[in-house]
Amino acid sequence: MSDLIRRDPRAEWIARNRLHPLHAATQPAVASWLSAAGVLRKNPHAVGFIGPNGVKRIDRSGAQQGGAAKRSTASAVVQLPLHVIEQPAFYIAVVPDMVGGRLSAHDKDLLGLAHKLAGSDGAVVAVIFGEHKESTFDCNGVDRLLQFADDAFDGYAPEARVLALGAVERQLAPRHWLLPDSRSGGGELGRRLAAKLGERPATRVWQVADGMASGRAGAGREDLVQRAPRLILAAVECAEPVSETRHEVRPLALSEALVSHLPRIQDLGAVAVDPAQIPMAEAEFILSGGNGVKDWALFHQAAAALGATEGASRVAVDDGFMGRERQVGASGIWVTARVYVAVGISGAIQHLQGIGACDKVVAINIDPTCDMIKRADLSVIGESAAILQALIKRVAAHRQGGARDAA
Amino acid sequence: MTNLQVITLVSVGAHPTSGRPRRAEQDARAVELGLRLAGEHLQVLHAGDAESEALRSYLGMGLGELGVLQQSAADDALPVLADYLSGCGAQLVLTGTQAETGEGSGMLPYLLAERLGWPLVVGLVEVEQVDHGIAQVLQALPRGQRRRLRVRLPFLASVDNAAPVARQSAFGPARRGNLEALPAAAQADPLLTAAQFQPARPRPKRLKVIKAKTGAERMKAATAKAAGGSGQVLKDVSPEAGAEAIFNLLIEEGVLR
Ligand SMILES: Cc1cc2nc3c(=O)[nH]c(=O)nc-3n(C[C@H](O)[C@H](O)[C@H](O)COP(=O)(O)OP(=O)(O)OC[C@H]3O[C@@H](n4cnc5c(N)ncnc54)[C@H](O)[C@@H]3O)c2cc1C
Repeated sequence: MSDLIRRDPRAEWIARNRLHPLHAATQPAVASWLSAAGVLRKNPHAVGFIGPNGVKRIDRSGAQQGGAAKRSTASAVVQLPLHVIEQPAFYIAVVPDMVGGRLSAHDKDLLGLAHKLAGSDGAVVAVIFGEHKESTFDCNGVDRLLQFADDAFDGYAPEARVLALGAVERQLAPRHWLLPDSRSGGGELGRRLAAKLGERPATRVWQVADGMASGRAGAGREDLVQRAPRLILAAVECAEPVSETRHEVRPLALSEALVSHLPRIQDLGAVAVDPAQIPMAEAEFILSGGNGVKDWALFHQAAAALGATEGASRVAVDDGFMGRERQVGASGIWVTARVYVAVGISGAIQHLQGIGACDKVVAINIDPTCDMIKRADLSVIGESAAILQALIKRVAAHRQGGARDAA
Repeated sequence: MTNLQVITLVSVGAHPTSGRPRRAEQDARAVELGLRLAGEHLQVLHAGDAESEALRSYLGMGLGELGVLQQSAADDALPVLADYLSGCGAQLVLTGTQAETGEGSGMLPYLLAERLGWPLVVGLVEVEQVDHGIAQVLQALPRGQRRRLRVRLPFLASVDNAAPVARQSAFGPARRGNLEALPAAAQADPLLTAAQFQPARPRPKRLKVIKAKTGAERMKAATAKAAGGSGQVLKDVSPEAGAEAIFNLLIEEGVLR
């Protein structure tokens, strides 16, 4: 709803005109007032309001509605209460994965768990490496933020990161260390940290309650229940994410300078992988075509130029343009891509279900009213072939520019 | 690369549904990788019971023998393995990521690397070349991606499900192979006294809690379609301008390589 104040000129005119038969009704109904003699007068007829069925209603809960017609709607955004920890009794350190520079759902669950462990006098410190694009640290329970922005942590630098976390350990001595037990870095970093600190961690933890941590053991047929150790590597959905409070996100800095060290593992960079070989369910970047794609050769060319894994809607598959194993949606594959580009796909509910886990959706469609555009973060309205061609050109220019820079 | 000294550490796995002992999936992949790197010079090592029948399925992959550091199920595998490895002159030690029985915390390669002072590569898929004591390897990343690393020998590497699939185990070689018991000084694992194993409890399914105060809000939450409005819509722009916007988003998300 908008915040526009709506004026009703006719009602205003009636309110000015004391001879108008409806004048009395437009006056604000004052239920009680102090008379000139200082006596409290009450108008019992002014109490309550006329309900939707024309029956007079009296709301005694205190929050009377509908009395004086409100012309502007209340702002819908409710500020959550701010949770301030001035002098933390102890710290709970969380090292989120920050895939793509943002908190993942796993990270948010972990912060929820950290918050449970911190209670009302501990502070949750999030330790992050490199730049980030996250704007909702406050709503996800980060009381303190410790950011290592050195480029020594760029790329694959697990040893440097463990050293930095060691410095955090010396300065803050957190009561618990929480890391996501994930493939995207947290599982590895947590175990390296455990080996460095000499702490025996609890791994694949799915619940921490009453000081006991339950985690899966072995191949997942057994649970290991133990007293919650200092270092916890938690699985997804280990706790509910923080949702009812806002937090300060106060920046925190290390007092000691980090010693530089010679990495024993040198990162030579990512290797180009054939995107067609990546299983659809895992692919990070999908270019998906639907009934609106007329030139399939161009579509394949675009996917190759972008380095994207190809996907398709059911119509494209049924029409024989793509293989069945490429179908995205309820009866195809549920994808988890970070970026999903839908070309000429209308966004039927069966298709949208399949892309529910995608982060960023880009729609290229000729129809500005279709459902895909409601889901998309960026939509370009236009003819798919022309836009794909322009995109191929733009990427080629970028690649050439990059090659020239490198040379 | 046949002159590379490779040792693969293996454990006894458990079938995911029946729980019967078998070769562990990831350890078998580590053996496979070792066989590709070192051929018949591959040395395979297990800390546990030399009588265990499941170990024979590793022999069935074409190994002549398998060394077993003798200890019981309640003992800690770390000290015996660290003792053995520090004195055996291996250049590359391969392990699985996580055991299928016992704690399965996946800590063993990390602790071994810390004890031995060797670098550890997680998720090794391929050793591309080795020269002058430096190996160039490929590491598996999530979402099917790969990363190239350079690491000094000797090093430790763990192998996950991205590594090449293990060859089948043949019955004849499995019978003929030799399980050689090696002496070892076993130590009990303190964890087993402090923690307890329980049959895995099914995890509670997360409910979609709707924190609505009024009936109208609940109705909206239950029936609303994909929330609209937040996305940016480019209408009546040239294809080039549209492509530029998409391109910028791809660059910002870092998916364009
Ligand atoms: C039981 C069941 C299961 C299903 N499961 C799936 C499933 O798993 N996956 C799935 O995808 N579908 C599934 N469907 C089908 C689904 O309901 C839709 O029919 C299908 O997704 C529509 O595909 P589409 O968007 O490609 O085609 P359309 O709905 O025809 O949409 C084509 C879009 O392209 C646009 N367009 C046309 N020409 C151009 C152009 N030149 N340039 C740009 N845009 C253009 C149009 O505006 C339109 O939005 C299922 C249906 C049922 C009944």
